[in-house]
Amino acid sequence: MLNFPARAVRTVKGMPVKRNRPDLSGVIVPLGATALALLIGAVFILLLGANPIVGYWELAKGAFGGVDELADTATKAMPLLLVGTGISIAFRAKVINIGGEGQIIAGAVLSTVTALAVPDLPAVILIPLVMLAGFVGGGLWGAVPGALKAYLGVNEILSTIMLNIVAIQIASYLLKDPLIDKNQSGAANIPQTVRLSENADLPILIPGTRLHLGIVVALLAAVGAWIFLWRTKWGYRVRAVGESREAATYAGIPVKRMTLLALTLSGAMCGLAGAVLVFGSESHRLYIDGSSAGFTGSAGFNGIVTALFGGLHPLWTIPSSFLFGGLLVGANAMQRAIEIPTFLVGVLNGLVVIFVVSAERYKAQLGRFLTRNNTDPDEPNSVASFQSDDELGINEGAST
Amino acid sequence: MIAASILAAQAPLSNFFTSAVILATLASAIRLATPYLLASLGETLGQKSGVLNLGVEGVMLLGAFFGYWTVLETKNEWLGAAVGIGVGAIMGLVYAVMTVNMRAEQGISGIGIFLFGLGASELLFSELVGTPLPLTSKFDPVAIPLLSKIPKVGEVLFDQNVIVYFAIVSVVVMTWVINRTTFGLNVRAVGETPEAADSLGVSVAKVRYTTIIIANMFAGLAGAALALELNIFQNNLTNGIGFIAIALVYFGGWKPSGVLAGSLLFGLVVATVNQLKTLGIVSGTTASLVTTAPAILTVLALALIARRASDPPSALTVPFTRGH
Amino acid sequence: MKSNYRKIIALLAALALLGAACGSDAASTDTTTAESGSTEGGAEFTVAVVAPSAANDLAFSQSMHDALERLKADGTISDFVISENMFVVEDAGAALRGYAEDGFDLVIGHGSQYGSLLQEIAPDFPETAFVWGTAADTFGEPNISAYSAAADQGGYVLGTMAALLSTSGQIGIVGPLEVGDAKLYIDGFKAGAEATTPDIAVNINYIESFSDTALAAEAATAFIGAGADVLTGSAQMTAGAIGVAGNADVLWFGTQSAQTQLAPDVVVANQVYHWEGILADLIGNISSGTLGGQSYDLTLENGGLVIEYNDGYELPAEVKAAAEAAIAGISDGSVSSMGG
Repeated sequence: MLNFPARAVRTVKGMPVKRNRPDLSGVIVPLGATALALLIGAVFILLLGANPIVGYWELAKGAFGGVDELADTATKAMPLLLVGTGISIAFRAKVINIGGEGQIIAGAVLSTVTALAVPDLPAVILIPLVMLAGFVGGGLWGAVPGALKAYLGVNEILSTIMLNIVAIQIASYLLKDPLIDKNQSGAANIPQTVRLSENADLPILIPGTRLHLGIVVALLAAVGAWIFLWRTKWGYRVRAVGESREAATYAGIPVKRMTLLALTLSGAMCGLAGAVLVFGSESHRLYIDGSSAGFTGSAGFNGIVTALFGGLHPLWTIPSSFLFGGLLVGANAMQRAIEIPTFLVGVLNGLVVIFVVSAERYKAQLGRFLTRNNTDPDEPNSVASFQSDDELGINEGAST
Repeated sequence: MIAASILAAQAPLSNFFTSAVILATLASAIRLATPYLLASLGETLGQKSGVLNLGVEGVMLLGAFFGYWTVLETKNEWLGAAVGIGVGAIMGLVYAVMTVNMRAEQGISGIGIFLFGLGASELLFSELVGTPLPLTSKFDPVAIPLLSKIPKVGEVLFDQNVIVYFAIVSVVVMTWVINRTTFGLNVRAVGETPEAADSLGVSVAKVRYTTIIIANMFAGLAGAALALELNIFQNNLTNGIGFIAIALVYFGGWKPSGVLAGSLLFGLVVATVNQLKTLGIVSGTTASLVTTAPAILTVLALALIARRASDPPSALTVPFTRGH
Repeated sequence: MKSNYRKIIALLAALALLGAACGSDAASTDTTTAESGSTEGGAEFTVAVVAPSAANDLAFSQSMHDALERLKADGTISDFVISENMFVVEDAGAALRGYAEDGFDLVIGHGSQYGSLLQEIAPDFPETAFVWGTAADTFGEPNISAYSAAADQGGYVLGTMAALLSTSGQIGIVGPLEVGDAKLYIDGFKAGAEATTPDIAVNINYIESFSDTALAAEAATAFIGAGADVLTGSAQMTAGAIGVAGNADVLWFGTQSAQTQLAPDVVVANQVYHWEGILADLIGNISSGTLGGQSYDLTLENGGLVIEYNDGYELPAEVKAAAEAAIAGISDGSVSSMGG
């Protein structure tokens, strides 16, 4: 499923390790595909009796049209970046993690419990502590399917989908009874916690906007994941397992432990997103009402898309999350401005994903075109990171 | 946890173990399992040929909406089911172009289909229907002669609507097609070693186009069946069934019979929990934890049998390009 | 080197384009705000709503949509917009903020999950009136009001009728999560039924979801199988259960919006939320300068809760009399809708 340019192969300890440096083709093709998707979306808007040009103008304005809008977009991008980073780690080990929603919730719950248990710690200690709790909570929820896959052969698609359901129900139970805000006036019974300790609030970075410290957490996590994957022995092993389990086994790499590690880290990133969502939220409470989307905004799924836009590369997931976050924020703004049904936002998202994934194959072609004169293998602007074919066929014959 | 909540409950567990309740639970399980089974069967065929489709939920929603709308307008449930299948075929064609021609990443492209189907079904519903109206025509139960006359059990198992029978027959037919026909042989070859199949003159593209379209027709029918069973369409009517159906393909080990077992198990556990709560045997806040039982038991069951379960098709999610 | 140069140029061009777009956007934002500000005054009164489910859900969100339609028809408000399906709480926050920035006179957060958002947002827009529900808390903010519905009152009345109409002595209730408005209604319904027929069996199945229509239908089927001949339930996923009741000819009581169209033969009566009364009062206060601080409650007495009988169902006169007596009792305080 992942291919790397054959041209930049070098060998470490007998295993081929491919260079993975994206270039401009990784940006142009998705943007072009997005434009095509929006063109089709324009037909939908016309059919709904609204003006697509005004609509898209409002979309762009709502996403990138000012400091407030950019801050909103960045805020939306945080969980996408974290989940996207986690998805990238898992995909590098050839593990498909569809459990982002559950792992976000697990991280959110454990970090919330932490903040409720020790609310009086000073912010400099409490903030890192709740982030760590989110990381651990998500990591544990990722470790379960990781262990099931590694040691019992349970396919991760099955277990992560099922564990999403389990996480939602456990969180619903906790918020209905043990964790519910018991001092609600009247008979409201809203399934939410009390306002969590102010010491755990992620501080606002630009006064007057919603941009908070979570952006730093997300960026650090993305950079950390990149360092892990391409600058550490463990990351090298994880990628080796993803490229070929057989070859990795032959090279003496503990394949099972690497599978467990990849899903654990993937879950941990999602869990971190959960903590960022709670402590960076406007309400500074955890609210869950029997479905995950109200809290996560479906970041567990949208993060998968974000990771793809970023070529499953943690660093390229940074601009990707910003663009996709902008699309989500802007589409809501467009919906308000030209009064089209909210549901069109989902249609647009779907179209963008369909076109961008379908355009992947052109990335490689454009990448080759752009680097035609470039013969230095160590040249930073090497071939595209993510492509489906035409290069070294590491996929052929490999099993999940 | 489950044991504790039973102890704390008001009604005794023995209330559950009466033949009437157990048969009602079985009937409920069959109703619940049917959309899972249909969607899973289609996905099984698709995966056998090496194509993962995470967009089942989106196709189901489109099938559900168009099936519902057709029956609302025409009062013809057969036409509704047919339109559901047709919508599935169209979405299958789209997905085939994406995965076969464009060689899109399958782990992700299906999410696009899901998002599109979710949004489009909601959009069309609000534009074309507005406020939900119940359907007045639905598939009536058809009793199988003789078998349905078996006391008690007969009515539950052999007095179903035509879609349930179709799903069961599909299990048999699909098993036969996959294992006993040339087409099935080609499907398996394309899913395991597409290069070898190609070198033997099998068109990988043609086989995958066929399986993807059939798979999505099943998903479309699954959605239409759900809307017809409930007599209603609502936003996000499928509520995750499509994703669970994908999970059940893995549970079933890429065998139609395994998928049938998985769907029935899942349906049976959901129905049992529902019965326990309805009868007041499980109640209070712990009831929400019991709600996790279907998901947990499915994972546990697979963990226990996993060592015997087959491996996924080798070329699953791998696009095929000639000339490797 | 040559290709690098080309790429850098292209990247710079793209950045410049983006920058230019941002610059001109920022300018136009200001004019929009100015325009919408100038439309105020006179009979102009605009309302914006953020609702968690579809405005046509025949339940909670629809009740607000219908109320605003009525207010628009009688000229109390000039126009309203609604962002439906805003179940993502953070997105709802952005929408609430967006509407406040757009200069709407009243911004409604129609969901109890939105209160903690308004607590943060309202202080940033001291000129805008906010209201949310169902809840009672105004957080001491001068521009936040709250509304709730005493759903237990109508529940009690409907429960009274249910007990009288049940011949099997078994009543089934399909609930979402045991929280908020749904719990209130269900508790009242149970109390009303038990007060009328002390030995009646009222079973409740909270299916733990607001969206699982298929499971709600199965819950209804299970109740009917266990002998229930009267059903009720709360929240939008009960559409599935109402269909089952209709097919099985089992009586149904609706709440939040009129649900008769889902099963015209078996719906006996609905408790319908009429928010327009309290909204009209709220709008009057806003126009005279009081932006918030009030906590409203829809009750049978103030006409916010209305028991609407289905004309298509032949309700025995003595049952209707019992219902009217319960309404009167609750209104004058002689009957407690929570039992006892």
